Amino acid sequence: MSVEVRIPTILRTYTGGEKAVTGEGANLSALIDDLEANHPGIKERLVEPKDAGPDLRRFVNVYVNDEDVRFLGGLDAELSDGDQVVVLPAVAGG
Amino acid sequence: MLRIDRATYDAIVAHAKRDHPDEACGIVAGPEGSDRPERMVEMVNAAGSPTFYEFDSTELLALYKQMWANDEEPVVVYHSHTATEAYPSRTDIGLAQEPGAHYVLVSTREHGNNDGPVEFRSYKIVDGEVTEEEVDVVEALPPEERVTP
Repeated sequence: MSVEVRIPTILRTYTGGEKAVTGEGANLSALIDDLEANHPGIKERLVEPKDAGPDLRRFVNVYVNDEDVRFLGGLDAELSDGDQVVVLPAVAGG
Repeated sequence: MLRIDRATYDAIVAHAKRDHPDEACGIVAGPEGSDRPERMVEMVNAAGSPTFYEFDSTELLALYKQMWANDEEPVVVYHSHTATEAYPSRTDIGLAQEPGAHYVLVSTREHGNNDGPVEFRSYKIVDGEVTEEEVDVVEALPPEERVTP
């Protein structure tokens, strides 16, 4: 069971410059833990502690098969073999 | 330095004026590694606000997928300030996540939706460090240098 994860430019310092890596996990939370094991430091850039527990950072977008995971349960979003995960930083400011 | 052609420069200014008093935003894509802003894409400001901008998350994905398919990257990320100078705000600096891009700021505070000059400035924003750079507006970008191996 593996999924491909597209890594944005700003996080490629954690993946040795790789644009895409593979990871494993039954849901997004487990996938991020798996990524962290192979690319230490990346989790902190994706997830932050909140009152109700860890959650995705507000200005990081994660998509599973082109769907924003915020509509799929966030970190609980389920994953299947062959899914495509894309991480994109928000483009935002004031 | 940001080198940009007159038509793209004018289109960014026109977008900023049209959306005033809300902030306008978008990108200019170019071939990966070329530093050539060639294809402007106006984005909807999902925040619809005079003090904040954010690309809609679904449109953001569509935009990046199109750039990947074309071997492009965001060469310019632009947005407007509608009441303050064309300098990155603290929020802009904190949220800048494209270290390779030229961040263009346009201020419409002087003339709003009307004709008249605007401030048009460009910056690199890397790890919270802001460096202003010269903007060279040319009639047309020079032909791309093709490196033959």
